[in-house]
Amino acid sequence: MLSGIAILSGVLVITRKNPVHSALALILTLLCVAGLYLMLYAPFVAGVQIILYVGGIMVLFLFVIMLVNLERSEKEKQFNQQWLPGILAALGLGALFVSIYVKGKAAFPMPPPSAVETENTQRVGQVLYSNYMFPFEIASLLLLVAIIGAVVMAKKRI
Amino acid sequence: MPGWITNYVNDPRQLTPGQYGSPFWALVYILVVFGGVSLAVVCMNWLERKILAHMQVRLGPMRVGPHGLLQPIADALKLILKEDIVPEGADSFVFLLAPVIILLAVFSVYCVIPFGPTHAITDMNIGILFMLGVSSLGVLGIVMAGWASNSHYPLIGALRSSAQMVSYEIAMGLAVVSAVLMTSLNDSGTGTLSMIDIVKAQNEQHIWFVFKFFPLGLIAFFIFAVAMVAETNRAPFDLPEAESELTAGFHTEYSGLRWSLFMLGEYAAMIAVSSIAITLWLGGWMRPFPNALSGPTWALAFSLFPALTFFGLAGMTFYSTMRMPKHTFFRIQTMGLGAFGAVLALVGLILLIPPVRDRVQDVYWFVAKIAVFLYLYIWYRGTFPRYRFDQLMKVGWKVLLPMGIGVLMLTGIVGLRTEIWGFLQRLVHV
Repeated sequence: MLSGIAILSGVLVITRKNPVHSALALILTLLCVAGLYLMLYAPFVAGVQIILYVGGIMVLFLFVIMLVNLERSEKEKQFNQQWLPGILAALGLGALFVSIYVKGKAAFPMPPPSAVETENTQRVGQVLYSNYMFPFEIASLLLLVAIIGAVVMAKKRI
Repeated sequence: MPGWITNYVNDPRQLTPGQYGSPFWALVYILVVFGGVSLAVVCMNWLERKILAHMQVRLGPMRVGPHGLLQPIADALKLILKEDIVPEGADSFVFLLAPVIILLAVFSVYCVIPFGPTHAITDMNIGILFMLGVSSLGVLGIVMAGWASNSHYPLIGALRSSAQMVSYEIAMGLAVVSAVLMTSLNDSGTGTLSMIDIVKAQNEQHIWFVFKFFPLGLIAFFIFAVAMVAETNRAPFDLPEAESELTAGFHTEYSGLRWSLFMLGEYAAMIAVSSIAITLWLGGWMRPFPNALSGPTWALAFSLFPALTFFGLAGMTFYSTMRMPKHTFFRIQTMGLGAFGAVLALVGLILLIPPVRDRVQDVYWFVAKIAVFLYLYIWYRGTFPRYRFDQLMKVGWKVLLPMGIGVLMLTGIVGLRTEIWGFLQRLVHV
């Protein structure tokens, strides 16, 4: 049911004319994905998804939508002039889905995660700071570069 | 008594409804918490006006009931009976949805608040993470409310309010993480994100986290206290809803019952973030000095506090009954006030009965600490001038955020000092 709601709101994201409605549908999709994470015994990932994606990124989306004058674009006729590349991309993605479905569990050679949800936070912390320390630092450096880039672009004088 | 009631109440394992797996008891807890919060909001309404008034050397509402005690009921009636206006160009779906989202976000936080070692609706093992995440959903509701009103005052108010809330969420998160770090110093060696286990960790370490690693716990608590006032858009951070600046900000266009939903959400959010602060730093449901002053006599002395509180309140009510003017106009009010005092004394007497007295301890201390925090909120409102918006953002980013990072790092270093010292010794000896 969660995945059904997620799919439905995903469709709503792309079909609504009003961008605020699209953003709200995207929020609903992200909340359903967080619920799916919960069902996969990963409560930490679900909580962090809600904090960062919904509470941070979607707020940013809504900020930008509010700051831009959108009444003119709402009255425009909806058109779709790129239907051919769109159909090709959708066929490619559909082929990917079908191949994973047909292959089943053999597509993912890693062992399934332990289904004990009390350990998720501890295990994420342990693995993140021991095995994946280098990607962790690289990711934080990436975010730092993004922040500096945003500040440089937004300042009037350097 | 039916079997299912005695089975749950007398279960020796002492579980929350979530762990016990019973949706019925979870529903009972939810209704009790919801009723309690609504009652608290009603009391807060009256208390805020009276306390602010007394701080400003005036009297506050005195007309509606004796000493204005029926004022919240009059306010509620007025708001219910007002005309419900939806602005003309407003996006009606989003306009109607916004207060609902704010209330959803705020009341979902109550699912994990521990009023006692087993008195939480459910105890998730990511309790703190859940609370932080859900309270950031409230920002969405405010943004939607401002946008959907289709007028520039609410839009600017919503933008300012959401920018403020997002900025102070970061400082809040850092302070919370430094408190969670302190939970890992107990015997088992692992920290926890679950609210009940955080209070139990404070119990095991025999110290409230606000006093731990002095002054680090205190600074972290201070950061959280300032950030939580900014999160709930309360004075002195209430520029987005200040009346002289923005004509009530993002809820300008809401009238009647919808506006009261916003107010309910604001007071409920105040209580929710206060209870987060109490759980993380002030020892949750524990009475003061549970380990230093332990023993049956001290336990008995502290267990009389609830009854004494109510007797004190009843005494004050009777005193003000004596001081009512002796005019026939005030006869009904005097009788009403006397009846109110009698009800308070009766509740105090009920709290003296030993079975009730033992069960009500945890909830009482938790609620008492929340009451202290709410009084502090009202005190801040009456004392501090309002921050201008750029000053507000400067405090959030340039003052609280570095302080939060510093406290986090220092807490980590001090917490690991034995390991770091051993590491340095090995380094020197090699």
